[in-house]
Amino acid sequence: MILRDIAHLRTGDKGDISQIAIFVHAAEDYELLVRCVTAERIVAHFADLPIRAIRRYELPGIGALNFVLEGALRGGVTRSLALDAHGKTLGAQLLDLVIDPF
Amino acid sequence: MTGRTIRIGAGAGFSGDRIEPALELVEHGALDYLAFECLAERTIALAQAARRVDPAVGFDPLLESRMRAVLPAARSRGVKIVTNMGAANPLGAARLVTRIARALGLHGVRIAAVLGDDVLDIVRSDRFPLVDRAGTSRDIEPGMVSANAYLGAEGIVAALAGQADVVITGRVGDPALFLGPLIHGFGWAMDDWDRLGRGTVVGHLLECAGQVTGGYFADPGVKDVPGLARLGFPFADVREDGTAVLGKVAGSGGCLSVATCKEQLLYEILDPAAYLQADVVADFRTVAFEQLGADRVAVRGGTGRARPDTLKVSIGYEDGFVGEGQISYAGPGAVARGRLALAIVEERLRLTGVPVTDLRTELIGVDSIDRTGRQAGTEPREVRARVAGRAPTRAAAERIGAEVEALYTNGPFGGGGAVAAVRDVLAVASTLIDRTRVSPSVHYEVA
Repeated sequence: MILRDIAHLRTGDKGDISQIAIFVHAAEDYELLVRCVTAERIVAHFADLPIRAIRRYELPGIGALNFVLEGALRGGVTRSLALDAHGKTLGAQLLDLVIDPF
Repeated sequence: MTGRTIRIGAGAGFSGDRIEPALELVEHGALDYLAFECLAERTIALAQAARRVDPAVGFDPLLESRMRAVLPAARSRGVKIVTNMGAANPLGAARLVTRIARALGLHGVRIAAVLGDDVLDIVRSDRFPLVDRAGTSRDIEPGMVSANAYLGAEGIVAALAGQADVVITGRVGDPALFLGPLIHGFGWAMDDWDRLGRGTVVGHLLECAGQVTGGYFADPGVKDVPGLARLGFPFADVREDGTAVLGKVAGSGGCLSVATCKEQLLYEILDPAAYLQADVVADFRTVAFEQLGADRVAVRGGTGRARPDTLKVSIGYEDGFVGEGQISYAGPGAVARGRLALAIVEERLRLTGVPVTDLRTELIGVDSIDRTGRQAGTEPREVRARVAGRAPTRAAAERIGAEVEALYTNGPFGGGGAVAAVRDVLAVASTLIDRTRVSPSVHYEVA
């Protein structure tokens, strides 16, 4: 199972911070999301991203996790040399994160 | 729904946004207010740079098109307009809208400009610690082109109380464009933190317009969205207690669901318990959504705490130039030829002594946006080599694209579609200013 099977997500940016919010489709999968999608796994998944610090916020009421990736946008959209300076495509790259239900 | 509601629509979610959905809302949305959010982080800096060349501009380039499109219908239906399209020149924008209204025969339209966000003189004259990096405003003072405080709803509320039909601001917090009409319409106290927090939730959901009605959402086969080419923009029916029902015009494209609302609720939010705005610190943790019907979603919950004593200030400053070049390769061996092309450009820039810093080389289709470091299973049939670098002068930055174009005859075989570009970098840094040093004021024009 991969993340795309149980969740959808949206990516935003603030300065050189990338923010990725992940939402389970079904409330009963929230525990699985909380257990499997940890800050450590996000950092490991984005091997080429210069993440300075990462924070995870839990929002059980709407079945969401909010990840804040500091430093991910290399100076932010206004200075970045990146093709995707906003990092809008980052969240989608998480969709094949393996989710282990056991 | 019982009790009085205020219906407020979103007419734009960014500077270049489509205009038809705004007109559709005015004509068929039975709105009380229409808000256009058109200022990204850097837009004011760009506008200020434009104004230095031509003092008559400095506001949103689409201001005239938008106003010509919606003003007649807004006037006849009594829809009031609130927008931050004033950018670096709200007064100039208000005067232009006045001329447009007269040209359209809409006499008597009252247009307000909210001033006071421009704090460039204050920031220039002092040393403000930067909040997103080390150093102070003094470090970037030589290239500084703009400094604008994120105002709250206060000026908008005053303008509406002053009978304005159109309110034009420079920098205000995006949700304030929506919160202002709610405070004015319901008479909310400026220290009623929970109501201001809930109004901020509504404003935040609406401020990106089509992003809550199915834009930035579709993933075919997983999350399908009908009619994106006719995407409709949202409105909210807000009650006095700050709860709301979101909807969109019947027959418009897109979809409005609990899922689209959840995604937009957290869009660009860092700590959901502390969404810092000039008017309130909003807490999104108790927000809940309920699907009431097709494209109708109820929004409940959300709280607020006392507003901060400081206002965020965005400083725009010149930060050198970026040069870029791209060229494509195809067929078997495309990746290897693309890599060779990148290596040649890197070496050429070194050999010819171009003062480039932060050079970035990558293959579009292989490793330009993917940040997982993983290899694709099969070699792509085509790649596009991209080189981007920072340089202190325009001439040096131009050398980057020139070396990419030179690959046509000097590089690997089969390179096609080369392009070269240079842009001057207007970077943004942030600081905080004591709110007592910033005083919004309202100026009126009458068509």
